[in-house]
Amino acid sequence: MAPIIKTEGLTHLYSPGTPFERIAIENIDFEAVKGEFIGIIGHTGSGKSTFIQHLNGLLKPTGGRVLFDGEDIWSSKEKTHGVRFKVGLVFQYPEYQLFEETVYKDIAFGPKNMKLTEAEIDARVREAANFVGIGEDLLEKSPFDLSGGQKRRVAIAGVIAMRPDVLILDEPTAGLDPEGSEEILANIKEYHRSMGSTVLLVTHSMEEVARTVDRLVVFSGGHIVMSGTPHEIFSRSEELEKIKLDVPEVTKVIARLREMGLDIPASIYTVEQAKAALMELKGGRANA
Amino acid sequence: MLKNITLGQYFPGDTFIHRLDPRTKLIMTVVYIVMIFLADNFSAYIPVVALLLICVFVSKIKPKLLFSGMKPLLIIIGITALINLFYTSGEELVSFWIFTITKEGVRAAIFMMLRISLLIMGTFMLTYTTAPMQITDGLETLLGPLKKIKVPVHELAMMMSIALRFIPTLIEETDKIMSAQKARGADFETGNLVQKAKAMLPLLIPLFISAFRRADELATAMESRCYNGGTGRTKMKQLKYGYIDLIAALIGMALLAAVILLNIFGL
Amino acid sequence: MSSIIEIRNLTFKYVNDEDQETVAIDGLDLNIEEGSFVAILGHNGSGKSTLAKHLNAILRPTEGTVLVAGMDTRDENLITDIRRNVGMVFQNPDNQIVANVVEDDVAFGPENLGVEPEEIRRRVDEALNAVDMWEYRSHAPHLLSGGQKQRVAIAGIIAMRPRCIVLDEPTAMLDPVGRAEVIETIKRLNREQGITVILITHHMSETIDADRLIVMSHGKIIGDGKPAQVFSKVQALRDAGLTVPETTQLIFELRKEGIDLPLEALSVEDCAEAIYKAFA
Repeated sequence: MAPIIKTEGLTHLYSPGTPFERIAIENIDFEAVKGEFIGIIGHTGSGKSTFIQHLNGLLKPTGGRVLFDGEDIWSSKEKTHGVRFKVGLVFQYPEYQLFEETVYKDIAFGPKNMKLTEAEIDARVREAANFVGIGEDLLEKSPFDLSGGQKRRVAIAGVIAMRPDVLILDEPTAGLDPEGSEEILANIKEYHRSMGSTVLLVTHSMEEVARTVDRLVVFSGGHIVMSGTPHEIFSRSEELEKIKLDVPEVTKVIARLREMGLDIPASIYTVEQAKAALMELKGGRANA
Repeated sequence: MLKNITLGQYFPGDTFIHRLDPRTKLIMTVVYIVMIFLADNFSAYIPVVALLLICVFVSKIKPKLLFSGMKPLLIIIGITALINLFYTSGEELVSFWIFTITKEGVRAAIFMMLRISLLIMGTFMLTYTTAPMQITDGLETLLGPLKKIKVPVHELAMMMSIALRFIPTLIEETDKIMSAQKARGADFETGNLVQKAKAMLPLLIPLFISAFRRADELATAMESRCYNGGTGRTKMKQLKYGYIDLIAALIGMALLAAVILLNIFGL
Repeated sequence: MSSIIEIRNLTFKYVNDEDQETVAIDGLDLNIEEGSFVAILGHNGSGKSTLAKHLNAILRPTEGTVLVAGMDTRDENLITDIRRNVGMVFQNPDNQIVANVVEDDVAFGPENLGVEPEEIRRRVDEALNAVDMWEYRSHAPHLLSGGQKQRVAIAGIIAMRPRCIVLDEPTAMLDPVGRAEVIETIKRLNREQGITVILITHHMSETIDADRLIVMSHGKIIGDGKPAQVFSKVQALRDAGLTVPETTQLIFELRKEGIDLPLEALSVEDCAEAIYKAFA
């Protein structure tokens, strides 16, 4: 399948030509096909935030190209502006960008900027609110009267309402408690499943992405250092720890057990997998 | 990006001028301004210009910085000079249509340009060589006596320093909100004035809300660190006059005296 | 050991914009030993942050009493003394730093207390060393990372020489590296300086090394004891909408299969060892 979004040799320098020049990302080759669910991991300063802001044209590459549907997004002014709606970007702590009098109007801000008809806007607002579990009764409320978790979901709906082909979320669960995080992740999964769009989830939390995504991309020092299925990535847990990324607790237990000499696969990252592998080990031995 | 704007216009250094007590620099700036307005003939400006040149030379501030800082104010200087040029009565030099240029007018225009330029460059020297916090501290101490007549000097100084602390944070935040709204298709650049003003709402409203939230949280944090206003408060960094401040004061007095003498005996 | 905090029958109610009364804390009793490291875990709305604000007299009880180092928080005259004894670190690192130079911010508390200038200087240097931020003393706070800002905020509290520090979700806005820095710092302060630490959090992994873990839900304490003991009550915690660490989860699941493993094996090391014994 042809990739929906692709970068070729993407490089970004901050303050080029000044003494403060700094490489944020360098020579990034990346592609995602339609319907893929990708996790992007890396810690602060690894370049992942700079990278995603290139995908919807908020930042202009200082080197290399960004292609949407095979076309350079910087080839014309219309393309650059249009790609904002096709690649939806939800920033970190998105609730701080709410500004309208009502939840409805805030979600409608994106679709309005797309110059859609009133009826189309209405349909999209309701659909988006539904995806994030914001009930009809809340649509006429002021977004500032909602709880923290609700505000976050309204802000996400504001981007979903543009029906982007690619949805990028920068740490959508930051600062939420486990219950709130779980809800938001479920909303995103549901959106991905029913719309068939490409989703890029940027996060620090390995446990969060491990059970959600098809593919993981690991950023470090402005480069992509690893890319593959969660199985492939977590079987390299030592390398992950070396670049100071936190692997799931259960992966650590498995790594320790392997050191002790237990014969179980290294690529385990959920409690269920660990349980299955351990039970198989027991069962295998009982049969022998 | 907005982040790259330098604020406070302070250029750190460790020269004689940088090391002076901020109160000395504030008083010297006032003395300098008095000198500018006292001087009423060209020779009387010699000590003023000399003071400025000494400061620039000693502080190693690039003269280019002083001129580039003046650029936005050139129009004001120009207009003031023109008004003086045309509206001063006296001995006529040239006259056309409704305009008359007099000998006194030329003189007044030149003086006015000189005064304003020297004034601006002098205050730039203060902010270029003194950290904003030091200026705040200096003002608080110098204006201390006003507390007796119920002027809230400490509170004003605290407000100033908190504002300085939060300017970079709010600039960063503006940047972030702007990107987030652009990602939803907001357009901050095109359209007429009314459209542009309206387009700013998605930026300004979140910014104000955030600023209020920050103020609220900061107030709680300050209270929980036992802040109770200025009474009974001490300061870790005490302002101290040193011998260099005495030297600066003597130079200042000498130049002020020179201006007065040149006013009487000069050209 | 004596109690630094004694809470008797604390109830806190507030009225929201729509005139509805909400009970945030519901008849809570709690004693905290001086010198201990106590973690308080709970989801949003469990009342944990409301409780924290009572320890520093930011909030006062609707009913019941809160004694901090023997002082009643309802006594207006004691507020400065209470706050000098129990310092508070908040969630957002940006919104608690007052000055625009690191060392000036750390000096803010002692300055408010009217401490002599030379003594403040000494305390500021000590506090910055204690949180490992001395090299950054003349930096502007907005250029620091989140973890570094939180350490400056902690230094600002310990420069007031409190007996107890309450941290209200200090790591919620930080990345894993910053989180580790902050947790490491407060553990060290507790261990080396004997300062009582009360850590409010929703990250389970941060509570594992605490002397005592208190779990809150709907304004009440639903679990209290050593972390391993508290987490071993997996079902009760799940019923309260909380999860348990993956190590405990794994052991819980294996026990369901009839494998005899101790639920108290909380750390990665203990968990691996217990499993190894059962499987090797």
